[in-house]
Amino acid sequence: MGALLGVLPFFAYTAIFLVIPTLIVVVGAFLDGKNRPTLGNLSALAQPQIVSAFVHSVVLSAVTAVLGAVFGALLAYAVSTASEGGLLRRMMTSLCGVLAQFGGVTLAFAFVATVGSEGFLTLWLKNIGIDLAGSTWLYEPYKGLILVYTYFQIPLMLIVFLPAVEGLRPQWREAAESLGASTWHYWRHVGGPILAPSFIGAMLLLFTNAFSAYATAAALISQGSPIIPLQIGGTLSSEVILGQENIGKAMALGMVAIVAVVMTLYVVLERRTTRWLGR
Amino acid sequence: MTPAKVPHSGTMTGNDAGHGVAVNLVNLRRSYGTIHALDGLTLDIAPGEFVALLGPSGCGKTTALRVLAGLEDADSGRVEVGGKDITSVPTSARDMGMVFQAYSLFPHMTARQNVEFGLRLRHIPSARRAARASQMMDLVELSDHADRYAHQLSGGQQQRVALARALAIEPQVLLLDEPLSALDAKVRVQLRDEIRRIQLEVGTTTVFVTHDQEEALAVADRVGVMRAGNLEQLASPHDLYARPATPFVADFVGLTNRLRATVEGQRANLMGTSVPLLPGSVLRGGALVLIRPESIAVTADPAGRTTVVSASFLGSTGSLYAVTESGENVMAQIDNDTVATFSPGDRVTLVPRPNPALAVAHEAGADTTAPL
Amino acid sequence: MAGTVKLRAARRRKQTIFRRLVVALVGLFFALPIVGMVEFTTRAPGGGRTLDTWATLFDLGVINADYPELKTGLQASAGLVVLTVAIMLVMLVPTMTWVRLRLPGMRRLVEFICILPLTIPAIVLVVGLAPVYAWVAYFLGESSLWLAFAYVVLVLPYAYRALDAGLSAIDVKTLAEAARSLGAGWPTVMWRIILPNVRTAVLSASFLSVALVLGEFTIASLFSRDNLQVAINLLGKRDSSIAIAAALAALVLAFIVLFAMSFVGAARGSHRPKEN
Repeated sequence: MGALLGVLPFFAYTAIFLVIPTLIVVVGAFLDGKNRPTLGNLSALAQPQIVSAFVHSVVLSAVTAVLGAVFGALLAYAVSTASEGGLLRRMMTSLCGVLAQFGGVTLAFAFVATVGSEGFLTLWLKNIGIDLAGSTWLYEPYKGLILVYTYFQIPLMLIVFLPAVEGLRPQWREAAESLGASTWHYWRHVGGPILAPSFIGAMLLLFTNAFSAYATAAALISQGSPIIPLQIGGTLSSEVILGQENIGKAMALGMVAIVAVVMTLYVVLERRTTRWLGR
Repeated sequence: MTPAKVPHSGTMTGNDAGHGVAVNLVNLRRSYGTIHALDGLTLDIAPGEFVALLGPSGCGKTTALRVLAGLEDADSGRVEVGGKDITSVPTSARDMGMVFQAYSLFPHMTARQNVEFGLRLRHIPSARRAARASQMMDLVELSDHADRYAHQLSGGQQQRVALARALAIEPQVLLLDEPLSALDAKVRVQLRDEIRRIQLEVGTTTVFVTHDQEEALAVADRVGVMRAGNLEQLASPHDLYARPATPFVADFVGLTNRLRATVEGQRANLMGTSVPLLPGSVLRGGALVLIRPESIAVTADPAGRTTVVSASFLGSTGSLYAVTESGENVMAQIDNDTVATFSPGDRVTLVPRPNPALAVAHEAGADTTAPL
Repeated sequence: MAGTVKLRAARRRKQTIFRRLVVALVGLFFALPIVGMVEFTTRAPGGGRTLDTWATLFDLGVINADYPELKTGLQASAGLVVLTVAIMLVMLVPTMTWVRLRLPGMRRLVEFICILPLTIPAIVLVVGLAPVYAWVAYFLGESSLWLAFAYVVLVLPYAYRALDAGLSAIDVKTLAEAARSLGAGWPTVMWRIILPNVRTAVLSASFLSVALVLGEFTIASLFSRDNLQVAINLLGKRDSSIAIAAALAALVLAFIVLFAMSFVGAARGSHRPKEN
């Protein structure tokens, strides 16, 4: 029993700052303004602007997950062919580590500086005759956000997927070749199938990442809340109609549900990968 | 259980693959900067022969194998298989089966799918493919594990599947790159005998790379001892052991004593006995004779001039460590039931048996210590 | 032999070309916004380039006077980095070691809790933390520093993974038992035996935490506290040039931190004992 005391601080801390907040959200989604049980918050989720926010969030996350996964995988493969411990690999990994974490305000400002109304790329393109559909395209969910989100999805893909690519043993390639496989055959029958679970798993992770992102959109979009995180943020910071605060919790619960499904799939795929690649 | 006979179906690969082809490595050179991995290596292997390449790490044995497989380029030299120059042929067209030290099997396929892989690539129809794969699994005695994945098989089982996979395509040459080095000692012994049995049945020309001299001697028709990118000696296991051509080979293969003697013509005077010398020995003067432990007879003798240091029981045999009156250390092989009769400090007389031995010049002998 | 076709060398060359092409294209994509930031912050009023904005950024006196929110944000973030890393290490390292030594059955549970934050987006956590932080404010005041409590939770998955890898690489049980049999008490075991052997993992976990804390915006902003990103965001509404310069500076700083970390790992790796 004394041994349990050793882990008490950890459990106490996480209880207060992780478990209890989670419970507050989950339980609060089913309580009304006077803390009585209700399903009213959930039915309020059917409001058009909230449904549209969920749709936007899902579509945005899915599109940027695919874009990030494809280009990130190509980048990961390219980096894996560089010498281990070499400069290229180190710099790329560090750079991607920063860009993946550093979404949000920094990236938003960077894109404003580049393709915003005063951005150098906008001005340069105007000079050669291309007008970027007015100065507000950056702030629209599907155009601007896709671009900015992809910018931090690709680095995240590199970080998550590079270990899988590096897990491809050279012996497998050599054995396949000795048995008569060309490069195409190798990727079609060996390399591709082995990497597929990791690839899909990483793509799921990218989905979650984009779905949960708040800071970037908050910094870019000053009017309206086209995606769910912004809607939730709205319920915290603005004047909320009495009795409606818990809709924010319902939305949060909805987010958690979607993310939980995606993460469960991810864990299942990870298990299979670990068995095969022996990591 | 009688092993399944492998049918000779020349139609599969379109050549006379059933009984092996000749392999010739001609003057291969390969350097990495200042390191010469291959230094003019020339090696001729007869059809159906099992050749082991033996040597310490860095001697070039693996490089030679990989150049033969096409997995590495040679800087110069030729690789010929069945009389044809295949130096410029890519690996995928060389029709060679290969077994690696580790990670041999494709992890996402069952054993059966692994074995069928080469056949799939050759567009063999699925019925024939399945039959061939079953034959191969029977050959390596793993038929009841055919639907397991690599991570569900032991190391030895994985290597057997890898062997089946390599042989399924009826390759011209079978290449094995230290296939047993990652396995437990007992499995290693079992599997090396199996590999030899299978090779004799199938008849494929085989090149087997290892750093374990016992392994090489046990399985091969001929063993090539390599050092610094070239062959020191290529001979049958018996000749390699009993008639080493150089001190390096004498040291690397089996255990060797180095004892001072005087050389006169083709004989040496060693510990009072005249011993015949092998070709390649020095012809006169002070020398070191390289003599095996089993070539020294030991008799207890209170008037003897050699003192026992220790006697060890090794199971089927025993070994005796002693110091001569001139201070040289000697290891001799003794019968296992006489081990208990020798105690440290006892006096013995050592008499070399009349087997031919190699003699090297005293200074040269002192320098050439074979790296283990 | 004349004309030996070097197949392997040819393939390596093709790989190198592919690698360089891909890295160049992606690098270009990555570089554009960075270039945009540099370009934006070096514009002179009448055209041409100037380093005025940058000079201002590094002029502490001007920052103090004209951009107080940036100063506050910087100070808050500096404190948050230290506090978060400290709490994380003090809590995780002993707990994870203890679990390995005495409570192996709890390992799955601890792992689950540490990975949980990955499933709970920061924006969701904020909603649930609001009441908790009301209590924190009641007991400890409204300082931005107390955001560290939430940051530790955000950092848990990455820190756990780094420390877990480090602890797996050493034989914790044997080391601890050896030390105990020689008479060491638990604090000594932790401080002088375990910790020095997981230095790389500790550094790795710390650097990852630094990067995350410096980049955090959501929680700080929604709780109306100060930190670097919040400050930059506020500044952006006022003086975009300085804000963008500050953002770029923070980015570069984080990059240097992570780049340095990659060398620490490599150096330690060479000390691993060789197999006989």
